[in-house]
Amino acid sequence: MSLTRKSRVVASVGAVLLGVTYLYACAPTTKTSGIGNVGDAAARTYVAPGSYDEFYFFASGGFSGQVAVYGLPSGRLLKVIPVFSQNAENGYGYNVETKAMLNSSWGLIPWDDSHHPSLSMTGGEHDGRWLFINANNTPRFARIDLKSFETVETLELPNTGGNHGSPYTTENSEYVISATRFSVPIPQKDVGFDKFADEFKGTISFVKADEFGKMDLAFQILVPGFNYDLGRPGKGPSHGWVFFTSYNTEQAHTKLEVNASKNDKDYIAAVNWKAAEACVAAGKAKTWPTRYAHNVYNDSTHSASTEFKTSVKVLDPKDCEGTVYFLPTPKSPHGVDVDPTGEYIVGGGKLATVIPVHSFSKMQTAITEKKFDSEAYGIPVINYDATMYCEVQNPGLGPLHNEFDAQGNAYTSVFISSEIVKWSLKDCVVSDRVPTYYSIGHLSVMGGDTKTPYGKYVVAMNKITKDRYLPTGPELAHSAQLYDISGPKMKLLLDFPTIGEPHYAQAILASKIKGEQVRFYKLADNHHPYVARSEQETGVSRSGKTVHVKITAIRSHFAPDNIEGVQVGDTVLVHVTNLEQDWDVPHGLAAMGSFSDAEVLVMPGQTRTLTWVAKYPGVYPFYCTDFCSALHQEMSGYVRVAPTGSMVALSATTSPNTQLARLAASAQTPPPAPKAPSAPSGR
Amino acid sequence: MMSVRARFLIVLAALLLLPMFVTPIWRVYLQAPQYPEGIGMQIWINTVKGIKENDLDNINNLNHYIGMKRIEPDTIPELRIMPYIVGLLCAAGLVAAAVGRRRGAQLWVVAFILVAVVGLADFWKWEYDYGHDLDMENAIIKVPGMTYQPPLIGSKQLLNFTATSIPGVGGIAAMLAVGVGVLALVIDRRRPVLGGADGATVGAGERAASLVA
Repeated sequence: MSLTRKSRVVASVGAVLLGVTYLYACAPTTKTSGIGNVGDAAARTYVAPGSYDEFYFFASGGFSGQVAVYGLPSGRLLKVIPVFSQNAENGYGYNVETKAMLNSSWGLIPWDDSHHPSLSMTGGEHDGRWLFINANNTPRFARIDLKSFETVETLELPNTGGNHGSPYTTENSEYVISATRFSVPIPQKDVGFDKFADEFKGTISFVKADEFGKMDLAFQILVPGFNYDLGRPGKGPSHGWVFFTSYNTEQAHTKLEVNASKNDKDYIAAVNWKAAEACVAAGKAKTWPTRYAHNVYNDSTHSASTEFKTSVKVLDPKDCEGTVYFLPTPKSPHGVDVDPTGEYIVGGGKLATVIPVHSFSKMQTAITEKKFDSEAYGIPVINYDATMYCEVQNPGLGPLHNEFDAQGNAYTSVFISSEIVKWSLKDCVVSDRVPTYYSIGHLSVMGGDTKTPYGKYVVAMNKITKDRYLPTGPELAHSAQLYDISGPKMKLLLDFPTIGEPHYAQAILASKIKGEQVRFYKLADNHHPYVARSEQETGVSRSGKTVHVKITAIRSHFAPDNIEGVQVGDTVLVHVTNLEQDWDVPHGLAAMGSFSDAEVLVMPGQTRTLTWVAKYPGVYPFYCTDFCSALHQEMSGYVRVAPTGSMVALSATTSPNTQLARLAASAQTPPPAPKAPSAPSGR
Repeated sequence: MMSVRARFLIVLAALLLLPMFVTPIWRVYLQAPQYPEGIGMQIWINTVKGIKENDLDNINNLNHYIGMKRIEPDTIPELRIMPYIVGLLCAAGLVAAAVGRRRGAQLWVVAFILVAVVGLADFWKWEYDYGHDLDMENAIIKVPGMTYQPPLIGSKQLLNFTATSIPGVGGIAAMLAVGVGVLALVIDRRRPVLGGADGATVGAGERAASLVA
């Protein structure tokens, strides 16, 4: 009996242990997110040494404020273009030549947040002239020249609270357009939050940018005080319109997370900019005083300058009927995208369970037939069903953005369920979905915003990285994935880390711009006020406590390289001209203890200025920082600093034979020259 | 008198000198790992230029490492007289063809060959001077026994650079011109023209032809 009881106890303990073990074994393993069957993915993304990628991929750096350029399909980082942040790699925003690019009505902004690159367009296609991008925090636009991959122009946007919804370039680069993210009192004034509904407004800004150096805020449209998020201009039949999502139509000013998520539908604002343009031309806009900076980089003086503008034309839609309509769209829409034909306007309700697709032609009919449900601040709200083409069912949780291929398919990024969903504009049915790693924000189909997308690949740009790469402490690179979209099913090919946050990106066929690249700047065209086009033009001069040194750099020496007569308390401006006239021979200059600029990096034919303050008496070295030649380590010099009031004369010299000259001067017999190694003579 | 065909060939030979005025006579290509696109210079009738816009300056800049003199086209006297010599040679050829005397044509071909030989010898000497006359006091890279004379035709390794010299379009046309000139004399000798030829002329033609051979 007792034996039986004992065995029963043993059996039941065993059963419990077994059960627990079994259940434990059922717990999910932690690493599940793999690529699965790799197949030929490696071959598809392999760009052989010495070969080039097919696409340039311009990704914003997000909170870094810059633009990163990758090659696709390899995912190799080619360049970081400094735009809205100082850049220690090449001195952008530190030295006197480029500081002005960061000027604003607030002063120099050392670090901003860039989100949406937008390539310039002609006839609805990328024309390869420029890339525009926004500064989100202190609202600005930038123009990047695609011949030099440099930021060449920035324009501040007044009457704007957060420049998130921008820039969007129209079909022929007529305008680059922006909408205000946060509504604010416009013009700014001190008001209480209880006045939100009355005093807070948004604006949509139209910037003329089809000519370098002449970025001009043509006009702004005043819109109700919602949050405007993202937009897209029309194409083809809808050219002349621009569409912006709005959220917080609840007009909450606190705890927006909850209070701005109450309405079942918010709006897509459909703006007829051609109508607005006509009203502005007819004098229906008011001119408001304001102040904003316009900064232009001049390739001839190699320097940027700032001009402050003091007025802007503001159009109230009440004074220009038919300019703005609201399309009700479910649940705080984030993205709004226009398909390549220009007919479909696809919203991305970040809290919605469907993807609403509005029809442009239906919208036109609804406007003609006045199918309006209501008005919001005097702006007609069009009946939802009247513009609806379809609602895509089962798109996943949190659809955000859409891009398109040339075959009538849309690709939607879905944040919460972390996937890309492919569906057809013909039947609005989802045909494929792939996971992304993790929580995708924007996505980018090659040429996906043009009239004829190149297709081929889509890139997911993610907000969360976690375990995708070797861990690097708490701070991780963001992750991006490349998918092949040439077949019916999407296929993951590549996973690559990115700088900052790759918020949004656009790709251009490399063949459109790679032949146009500037290789060096011509010395003859350098009109910097302190250029030295040859070693004969170098020199040193003093004006008060400021010493200007014109210095040249060529492999492998500076001229002059011995500077004397500087006194404690002087500010030495070292103007370095790189005399090289060949591709890929930059020179740098760093001088010990330069606490303001630290270094300059000078491209061939360019002039850059290092600001160096003489603090202590002594002799301090300076040297070339860019490994330029076999004698790079020899490329150096000294600056001698005497106490204040010293009688040391100001001089700047270079002598190739210092040692010999000194020996000759002291009339000594030079020591025998070191014997050449006794290698057999070739003669 | 020469045959029409031979006179035509003399005209052709004279005209083949003209490309020298619009195309380079000689090219020197330099290749090294750091110069994937190559760098080089071309000798024109009156100047020396880079193959790409700044190649000559860049070659001069590189040459300071080995103590070579700067190549300054303005200081090379040959480049100043060469257009006149070639122009004169071309005109003389046309005159010789117009006159149609065998002796004249023969003299012209001989003169032409002499100019070509002297020109090439001068070019070789120019290369020799640049390659050997090095400022060893200030040269940064000193390889005992190393000189830097590029070849007249063909390739040679000069430190990290492979130097390749070949005639340009103008040079090739001039070489053809020599051939055509000689050919004119040869066919004229084989086909005596009615009532024209005298023994002395034929003899000179033979001498000229054998000179070339």
